[in-house]
Amino acid sequence: MNIMSEAAVEKALDQKMNTVPYKMIGKDVSVYYGEKRALFDVNLNIRENTVTALIGPSGCGKSTFLRTLNRMNDTIENCRVTGKITLDEDDVYDPAIDVVELRARVGMVFQKPNPFPKSIYDNVAYGPRIHGLARTKSEFDDVVETSLQKAGLWNEVKDRLHEPGTGLSGGQQQRLCIARAVAVSPEVILMDEPCSALDPIATAKVEELIHELRSNFTIVIVTHSMQQAARVSQRTAMFHLGNLVEENDTDKMFTNPDDQRTQDYIMGRFG
Amino acid sequence: MTDIASPTVRISARPASAKRDIGIKRRYAAERRFRIYGISAISLGLFFLALLLWTVFSNGYTAFQQTTITLPIEFTEKVIDPKGERATDGKVLMTANYPLLVRDALIKQLGIDPSKRPLVKQATDMVSASSRTLLRDIVVADPSVIGKTIPVTLLAEANVDSAFKGQIDLSVDQSKRKVKDQQVTWMNDMASAGVLTKSFNTGIFTFGASSRPEASGVGVAALGSLFMMLIVLVLALPIGVAASIYLEEFAPKNRLTDLIEVNINNLAAVPSIVYGLLGLAVFINFAGMPRSAALVGGLVLTLMTLPTIIIATRAALKAVPPSIRSAALGLGASKMQTIFHHVLPLAMPGILTGTIIGLAHALGETAPLLLIGMVAFVVDYPGSPMEPSTALPVQIYMWANEAERAFVERTSGAIIILLIFLVVMNLGAILLRRRFERRW
Repeated sequence: MNIMSEAAVEKALDQKMNTVPYKMIGKDVSVYYGEKRALFDVNLNIRENTVTALIGPSGCGKSTFLRTLNRMNDTIENCRVTGKITLDEDDVYDPAIDVVELRARVGMVFQKPNPFPKSIYDNVAYGPRIHGLARTKSEFDDVVETSLQKAGLWNEVKDRLHEPGTGLSGGQQQRLCIARAVAVSPEVILMDEPCSALDPIATAKVEELIHELRSNFTIVIVTHSMQQAARVSQRTAMFHLGNLVEENDTDKMFTNPDDQRTQDYIMGRFG
Repeated sequence: MTDIASPTVRISARPASAKRDIGIKRRYAAERRFRIYGISAISLGLFFLALLLWTVFSNGYTAFQQTTITLPIEFTEKVIDPKGERATDGKVLMTANYPLLVRDALIKQLGIDPSKRPLVKQATDMVSASSRTLLRDIVVADPSVIGKTIPVTLLAEANVDSAFKGQIDLSVDQSKRKVKDQQVTWMNDMASAGVLTKSFNTGIFTFGASSRPEASGVGVAALGSLFMMLIVLVLALPIGVAASIYLEEFAPKNRLTDLIEVNINNLAAVPSIVYGLLGLAVFINFAGMPRSAALVGGLVLTLMTLPTIIIATRAALKAVPPSIRSAALGLGASKMQTIFHHVLPLAMPGILTGTIIGLAHALGETAPLLLIGMVAFVVDYPGSPMEPSTALPVQIYMWANEAERAFVERTSGAIIILLIFLVVMNLGAILLRRRFERRW
């Protein structure tokens, strides 16, 4: 399974990016916060087993778009989403789709590390517990171990699984949050500036981790760092003032973008 | 210009005289003044607190001591059951002339001539009239004592108690004081013989209301208060927490919920006597619940405590960082799971503190109980919350209306007991908060 998907990724990389199938499709997505419109008819598709980076200046709507993908915007009062977003074949905003089930398929990692004030073990086990993915103690132990291993945290915390997750360093906390998201076995993981609160060493670790997770998960990452987008992603989408400016292979985006605004932003002329 | 004179050392070109006046001195002076205001405010507060505690304790500590007289009581059959009917008629033991036994014992102890009636009267006045029930209870509990002589510890009458504690000025002419010279002599004689002693007053904790200070205590009132606190806890905590969770987490934010919020805040400020009126109208007149019952008192205090608990709980829920909610929701927890697994446990210390502060407030409340008939002279322990009962602060209020010296000390004594309850509850709140507090 693991080998298969890794092979698929390699194959995909060998071919051009644009032959990889779409995991999520966003069509004419607009978001309104009350009267204010935050996104203007965005058409952006997320490719399977690919890291898609969303870049753009502050307030451009990249986080808003990210949060439409697992309906985290539902928690905001007065927020309205129009257009269509599909995950595989399912319409995310279909009233028949249960938001709890959706979020089990589309996990999320936040800007600030936010472990629960519980033990490391309970942090990771919480998702499987509420979704009934594990039943016995040994099943839970397995899920916790594999998730922490996937998040590259196992060796650091295996001797103190029952200490509070909030006692870890910032970078470790963020990887714990990634392990927590991974434990539910989602199909897509959304990351909202996951490294903005971390130092460069912790950032490097998380970036390496994102690179490894790519073989099993589809990842969408919002970042303010051009270098990070260039390092971790295969596809990049540039937002500006609520519009999708350009979406392209990351290599092309950073060397020869189609749009002048992308060029200007990447060169640091505005933003 | 120094920088020209020595080119290697560059000193600011600005001359010292041009130094800007940015009011440093003024700012520090203002800060010092503010500190002095603060310290004097706190000192004043501490002074009044110390004054209050000193008044209460200096008046009240003697209430925890009681003078007793231990006499060998001869349970003469001739007095208790002259006709030998106790086997057939249960009333005989209940209605027997027990004070006569005390009188006989006193005559023997003090060596008085039984024919000198005023002297005998003075002697019997030294022992509390509550001795009747005390001896009756002994005999009823064990009729085999009849015919035997056993030492019984009797309560001294309140004035003798006060005199023995040195609270009565004996230099005043005896016609102007309640304790006569003869009684003082006897008192001192009995004290030196070890018959009359001071001991710890357990009665103040166990007795109910009584017109005789030595036989009155806060036991019955404390049980009434306990019933009410249980009712408040059982009703106000779940209702208050459920209401707060709904308002804070589920309810849409619109005009109606704004109105509800404003009203809850207003209700917290409504004078408590108004809740008493409400209880009288709704629970007693409309719902037909019994008057003076702890049930009604508890319901009224629940209504009064609810706004406090709701406000404290909402503040505690608001203080839980939104990142925890996002984390749980992002994992696919439902709203209910998010609240009950993560938000509520984190808000628990605040909720418990609010609840205990609300309970302590309710424990000290007297005014609403006035209107539902709980300011009552209740002698016997209520068997259930439906039976007439009274409350600790009400007992204090009623004793404060009495003029006797012994009631004055009991008033302060009861205040001490109430204060100890409150301190214990507040300590409990602090400990619970420490216990549940978790960092994130």
